Amino acid sequence: MSSSMYAHIRRNPRFAELVAKRTRFAGILAAIVLVVFYGFVLLVAFAPELIGKRLFEGSNLTFGILAGLLQFIFFWILTLVYVRRANGEFDDINKELVKAAWKEEK
Amino acid sequence: MTARSLSRSAAGLLALAASPLVLAAGPAMDAAEKQPLNLHAIGMFFVFVLMTLGITYWAASRTKSTADFYTAGGGITGFQNGLAIAGDYMSAATLLGLTAMMYAQGVDAYIYMLSFFVGWPIILFLMAERLRNLGKFTFADITAYRLDQGKVRTMAAVSSLTVVCFYLVAQMVGAGQLIKLLFGLDYNIALVVVGALMMVYVTFGGMVATTWVQIIKACMLLIGGTAVGLLAFSQFGFSFDELTTRAMEVHKLGQKLLNPGSLLADPVTAISLGLGLMFGTAGLPHILMRFFTVTDAKEARKSVLYASGIVAYFFNVIAIMGLCAIIIVGQNPQFFEGGVIGGKVIGGGNMIAMHLANAVGGNLLLGFLSAVAFATILAVVAGLALAGASAISHDIYSRVIMKGKANEATELKVSKFATIGLGIVAVLLGMAFEKMNIAFMVALAFGVAASANFPVLILSMYWKGLTTKGALVGGYSGLVSAVLFVLLSKSVWVDVLGNASAIFPYTQPALFSMPIAFFMTWLFSTLDSSKAAEAEKEAFEDQYVRAQTGVGAATASSH
Repeated sequence: MSSSMYAHIRRNPRFAELVAKRTRFAGILAAIVLVVFYGFVLLVAFAPELIGKRLFEGSNLTFGILAGLLQFIFFWILTLVYVRRANGEFDDINKELVKAAWKEEK
Repeated sequence: MTARSLSRSAAGLLALAASPLVLAAGPAMDAAEKQPLNLHAIGMFFVFVLMTLGITYWAASRTKSTADFYTAGGGITGFQNGLAIAGDYMSAATLLGLTAMMYAQGVDAYIYMLSFFVGWPIILFLMAERLRNLGKFTFADITAYRLDQGKVRTMAAVSSLTVVCFYLVAQMVGAGQLIKLLFGLDYNIALVVVGALMMVYVTFGGMVATTWVQIIKACMLLIGGTAVGLLAFSQFGFSFDELTTRAMEVHKLGQKLLNPGSLLADPVTAISLGLGLMFGTAGLPHILMRFFTVTDAKEARKSVLYASGIVAYFFNVIAIMGLCAIIIVGQNPQFFEGGVIGGKVIGGGNMIAMHLANAVGGNLLLGFLSAVAFATILAVVAGLALAGASAISHDIYSRVIMKGKANEATELKVSKFATIGLGIVAVLLGMAFEKMNIAFMVALAFGVAASANFPVLILSMYWKGLTTKGALVGGYSGLVSAVLFVLLSKSVWVDVLGNASAIFPYTQPALFSMPIAFFMTWLFSTLDSSKAAEAEKEAFEDQYVRAQTGVGAATASSH
């Protein structure tokens, strides 16, 4: 791939927009996962009684089990959210960028 | 639990969750006795082998170029790749080891499984699309993109082969033990069978065959696990409360079954293990390679979506299986040696899932699950052998020795010979290590992947300032420190070399060796003011555009 093609894309203001949007989005999602998960790990290490607490009278469902299950579901939903936006909105901008660059190249 | 036994159990857990090595790692397994021939299992395994050999025959006709061999021509869809990644990630030990852990430890195991899952969203957000956009055949294509090809590729190949060899030997020893146990085959014969099948899949069918073996295996694992889980859970009317109440009545932990125990009580081990699992996964050459098999970044993202969905689902199935086994297996004298409930489980602790299958589905389901376990080993070793072979033929032979001028047909030949060589080495080492405690091998594989491969890889994608000098010093110091920490830890220094106490107090190196690698990479890159370094930093701009947009990325070959 010629360097001029990359230069065209780099000069396009929509490239900066794409990168900023996607980096921010991915960064926020990654931060949510890391904070929630390591927060949970710290609770397990330092507040085990909270993790083992029964949520309802007469039920064995504990805070830890529910939080674990919800994390499995929630983190997977985050991957779904990211894939949908990246494969839709972000890839559309991407396509536009590449098309514009090809035009300039010719 | 003392800190020492805690870190030991953490290492054991890493081992058992990461590979079938578990079957060789635990003391329970040392007494693994040869079982009588299991005809159901052998019959079903035979069907699996015939099917995969048929696929290999078909794949061989489609494996003509190096691109076909390394990455199936980049033509795998996101869904197929998602299944294959899940198949690569969930080994026989995931099924056997984690069920056993849930059975013995209760909710601790559930928390542990969560930490095994959580690396996947992170890989998606930070790495997946850049891997696909920059990579071609091996991850060294990315690290060497703008750096000195010869030196950086040599380093990547050395650390890849280190990871592959240790992981492969660990799998082989585990495979031999497991097959002896499940099928009643002799250890050495089992190793030769696994090695031979692996060589056939990879040399003839390349990535196409390897991918399909992994896909079929993932489907078998899902079907087998779901069937056992449903049948077992139905005995409790699908009621979580009924299941847990009865489990707590009979389990030796009692009410504590649902409270966190000692597993994550030591923050240093917990965090080091977590880092090693998360970033080790993101640095394993055979996992990274899977991202180059799809058409584009879109499909790479979808692969992670499907893979993580499958992994999350299956871990929850395993949790149910483990809890059900507490009553169904744990209260049935048939499954204990001498018929004493609470005594030694027949075949060792890792047989819980198999006994459960037997209890709820009879010999047929037991046979199916055994065949799944064997298929799983084959799928994982095939992926490893392919990753190792590509490091030898693509990185070392084609790019370093021939400086990119290698003839494609010769490169393909080299990779096939490399596969056969790796297969022979793996079988021989597997035989040599039969009686040794090899728990350290998986810790080492993950430690090296997290400390040598991952830091250089992520910095090459994100940091403009990375130079050849920095990458080399950082990568090699990550490699050496990870190896040294494991060598000085209890699992080698005491368990293998027989010294009285360990010099390095933890079994997981990642928390210490990763910062060393990052720091050295940063330091030597920053200090590097050579002309070459300037040019490398300049080249980041174009690489950055390609990483973000996929312009210029290797594309799928047409078939």
